Amino acid sequence: MIAPSASLLYGLCGAVLIGLGLYGFVAHRRLIRRVLAFNVIGSGIFLLFGASAYRDPAAGADPVPQAMIITGIVVALAATALALALIVAHARLAQSGALPEDETHEDGSEDAP
Amino acid sequence: MTDSALSPAIALALILTAPLFGALAAMVTGRRGAGIALATMTATGIGIVTLLVIIAGDGDFTLAIGGWEPPLGIQLRADGLAAGFITTTALVMGAILAVAGKPFGAGATERRGAYTFWPLALLLWGALNAIFLSGDLFNLYVGLELLTLVAVALVGIEGKRETLAAALRYMMFALMGSLLYLLGAALLYAAHGTLDIALLAARVGNAPGDIVAAAAITAGLAAKTALFPFHSWLPPAHSGAPAPASAMLSGLVPKASFYILLRFWFEAAPDIAGTGVLTLLGGLGALAMIYGSLLALHQNRLKLIIAYSTVAQLGYLFFVFPLAGGTSAAQPWAAGAWSGAVFHALSHAMAKASMFLCAGLIIEAIGHDRLPGMKGIVRAMPMTVFAFALAAITLMGLPPSGGFTAKYLMMTASFAAGQPFWALMLIVAGLLAAAYLYRPLALAFALPDADAPVPGAVSRARQAAPLVLALAAILLGILSAGPFAFIRIGRPGAAVEGLE
Amino acid sequence: MTALLPVLILITSLIPAIATFFIAQENAGWRNGLNLGGALVKLGLIVFMLSEVAGGALYEARLEFVPGLYLLLRVDALSLLFVTLSAVLWLLTTIYAIAYFGPKPDLSRFFGFFSLCVFATTGIALSGTLVTFFIFYELLTLSTWPLVVHKQDEKSIAAGRSYLFYALPASGVLLIAIIWLESATGPIEFARAADLRLLDDTSLRIIFALFVTGLGVKAALVPLHGWLPSAMAAPAPVSALLHAVAVVKAGAFGFVRVIYDVFGISLVTELGVGLPLAILASVTIIFGSLRALQQNEIKKRLAYSTVSQVSYIILGMALAGPYAAIGGLAHLVHQGLMKITLFFCAGIFDERAGIKRIDQLNGVGARMPFTAVCFSLGALGMIGLPPLAGFVSKIYIGIGGIQSGAPWVIGVLAASTLLNAAYFLPLLYRIWFGEAQDDSRPGERPLGIIAPAVITGIAAIAVGLFAGWDLSPLAWATLIVERDYWP
Repeated sequence: MIAPSASLLYGLCGAVLIGLGLYGFVAHRRLIRRVLAFNVIGSGIFLLFGASAYRDPAAGADPVPQAMIITGIVVALAATALALALIVAHARLAQSGALPEDETHEDGSEDAP
Repeated sequence: MTDSALSPAIALALILTAPLFGALAAMVTGRRGAGIALATMTATGIGIVTLLVIIAGDGDFTLAIGGWEPPLGIQLRADGLAAGFITTTALVMGAILAVAGKPFGAGATERRGAYTFWPLALLLWGALNAIFLSGDLFNLYVGLELLTLVAVALVGIEGKRETLAAALRYMMFALMGSLLYLLGAALLYAAHGTLDIALLAARVGNAPGDIVAAAAITAGLAAKTALFPFHSWLPPAHSGAPAPASAMLSGLVPKASFYILLRFWFEAAPDIAGTGVLTLLGGLGALAMIYGSLLALHQNRLKLIIAYSTVAQLGYLFFVFPLAGGTSAAQPWAAGAWSGAVFHALSHAMAKASMFLCAGLIIEAIGHDRLPGMKGIVRAMPMTVFAFALAAITLMGLPPSGGFTAKYLMMTASFAAGQPFWALMLIVAGLLAAAYLYRPLALAFALPDADAPVPGAVSRARQAAPLVLALAAILLGILSAGPFAFIRIGRPGAAVEGLE
Repeated sequence: MTALLPVLILITSLIPAIATFFIAQENAGWRNGLNLGGALVKLGLIVFMLSEVAGGALYEARLEFVPGLYLLLRVDALSLLFVTLSAVLWLLTTIYAIAYFGPKPDLSRFFGFFSLCVFATTGIALSGTLVTFFIFYELLTLSTWPLVVHKQDEKSIAAGRSYLFYALPASGVLLIAIIWLESATGPIEFARAADLRLLDDTSLRIIFALFVTGLGVKAALVPLHGWLPSAMAAPAPVSALLHAVAVVKAGAFGFVRVIYDVFGISLVTELGVGLPLAILASVTIIFGSLRALQQNEIKKRLAYSTVSQVSYIILGMALAGPYAAIGGLAHLVHQGLMKITLFFCAGIFDERAGIKRIDQLNGVGARMPFTAVCFSLGALGMIGLPPLAGFVSKIYIGIGGIQSGAPWVIGVLAASTLLNAAYFLPLLYRIWFGEAQDDSRPGERPLGIIAPAVITGIAAIAVGLFAGWDLSPLAWATLIVERDYWP
């Protein structure tokens, strides 16, 4: 049995997060929860990047993935902000926190997002 | 020459940064967006002309940003393919901004659009240029994300309930696609320590990690290119946006994700592909063609017909994967399918943008885009109907248009590779395109009903913009020798030999 | 000069076409002048080219698209025949159309597409490769649709839809045949014999069938002829042009090129596809004539007559014998002249006297003598009484049939002649001996409307009477066949 190194642990953690996020995306109907799921997936991918920085312990830590993670966080921030703004605007007009095809209630009413 | 090292850098800098600065300026100055767009166009145009001259004269080149070479730094790559896409984008953006001057300009009645359209359009342009010039998978990711976010915003710019829902649906698909792409990039980096395309080409092999990464990247980009079965977000999004925005969304945005697919498969990872995945991609493209065309036949709104047509036409592009490298002793040229796909992407960009602009002008004239209202509109707007007809000719793949040249190249490659099925699909798709484009055209040529309201007037100058675009698509077919030789500058070896 | 002249001849139709679209409806003088001028210049250039080619000059022009795809214009004897025919008939139809329409609306649109149609036909005539032929063939479909739907009423739009429904799939089939063939042999030029033996026999037979389907729509081969009768909803100048010069002749011309220049008559005979094609053509000949008998509208009857008559050309090409080929090629010209005369006259009857149906023809001979005479000349020629043009072509095809071992062709020709008589002679009887319904004398003015019919009528007679003359279409056809096809 190989002794789990730190980067392998981070990588597995990232993979678990990605899996959880994917499940959340598929299972939830309300848009805000889907956006949260996306953020979880994103965090998982960033963890993968971080883990890959230490893929060769002899060479030391690789700084490039850190730059990529920071860029990724910024992009995720912008995307989340846009998504939330759209969800709020849509919810105001449609009185719903989900897309029309995902509506569950017959009378169109929905709990607060 | 003393500035021979300087001018490529200046050209690329202009092309990349002028739209971004223009977007910032447009956001700051508010109502003067149209004028700033014009200035941006001039600056970018100078950069593009310089780039074309350089590539035509000296061939393709790369530029390391800041002088830092990969794998630590980011490299930009300018070859014939990139320059071809950049030029077409500039032409299309020029026409769109010309037509958008009225609904979103200084005299516009609706204020939100006048403030937001220009920064968004210029940001979109900047993102596209960034994608076309990048030589690095992560840079492509950033450009792709910028493009996606701006495109989503453009879909929802009018703020109506349906368009907001369409924008959110687009966003869900697009975010999923981006995350898959990022996952693939992360896996590739973890395996090889670099994301530069040129360096990856030497290092990527058939390891399981590479295969998963390639699958993730392809799936993500396929979702963004609205490949069947990930296409359901496209028709509501493109038909809900205002017409100039739809022109950008249909004509340019899916081309960017397809461009990345081309770069990835033909330059970064040509050895991974097996017959299975190539046939799968081609098959999904064929399904997209049939499905999109059949749905387009049932629509009653002009913009929906055009949007479903985009779904169908984007399917053509995926035929490049099984067909690349199809040559035979009798044909005197190679790389037919690759060039054909590129020709198709370029001529479709121009023709589809032209069509959406025509639809926008028609909506301005009659107030809606339901087909029966279009009856007899050829008398009131002959230039627009003519532009629509020319664009339709390109989409149907009838000679002498760019669409025909693309179709001919791909059909010849198909027979040369011994896979005539794809050629048959191309013919069927062309006929279906004729079927669903015939309805609006026939209605336009019919006699107007006696009690129909008189269409409003649209200025001839604005009607000229889509006409110029449609003519450009036709000219791409007639004068195809030059562009054909040009886009082959710096083309990858896999384009000639095929992917298998 | 060798490359310039064919291009110039093409441009003399293209520039008037583009310019005419921008001329306002009221500037009739400019529009008419431009179109007539273009037609005259084209005719002059063609006459010049004829004299040069007779002296041995060679004309070729080439435009590269992508490698392997290029436009080649090449002048040989066959293309000269077709281009001269279309140039002469274009000039006459332009005069006729100007006089026919008078002050009707949308004329700039009409003449613009009219000139584009001639541009496409000239391109077909001058094409030197299969792909060039295909490109102009498609352009022909695109430029004739607006002419068919010109009146913009229900019937015209339906006719246009039917036309596209037949023509566009056919062009798809044609493209597949061309690309399939060229994927094995490389680009096929008409002047150079390509080695088709690189493909196996079954593929070649399928490709030939695809060619027949693709070209058969425009050439109105049964069962692909359905668009032609409904296209009669178009105005008379359009019917004249479509039926005599442009569309059906382009299809027939395509057959000539494919059978003789692409496949070669020996390969066609070896593959055994010549006989089925001849049978199909014969079926069309008889079927067209039978359907013509059933029609009550004059233009519909003439349409089915065209369906029948164009297949003579195909029959002549499909039979493996020089006389058959001569007969078919000569009939290209003969049928063009006779049919255009008939359509000119039918248009005059419709416009000036409101005569659309056969029973309205009673006694019109006294009321509109010139038109009636021209109509009669055309009809008699079509029936094929010696020594008129129709007879000359039929005799040659018949001899060719015997030469190639298919004597049943004589039976087909005889039956067709009888049927032609059956559906034309009653018309003539009504015209000359029928009891006139009214005594009005609808004018046969302006001159422009009747002069073209008179000219083509006289020409139709002349090509038959003077068929033995050195410059007759028959002699021309003989020259082509002797020089290029059966040396």
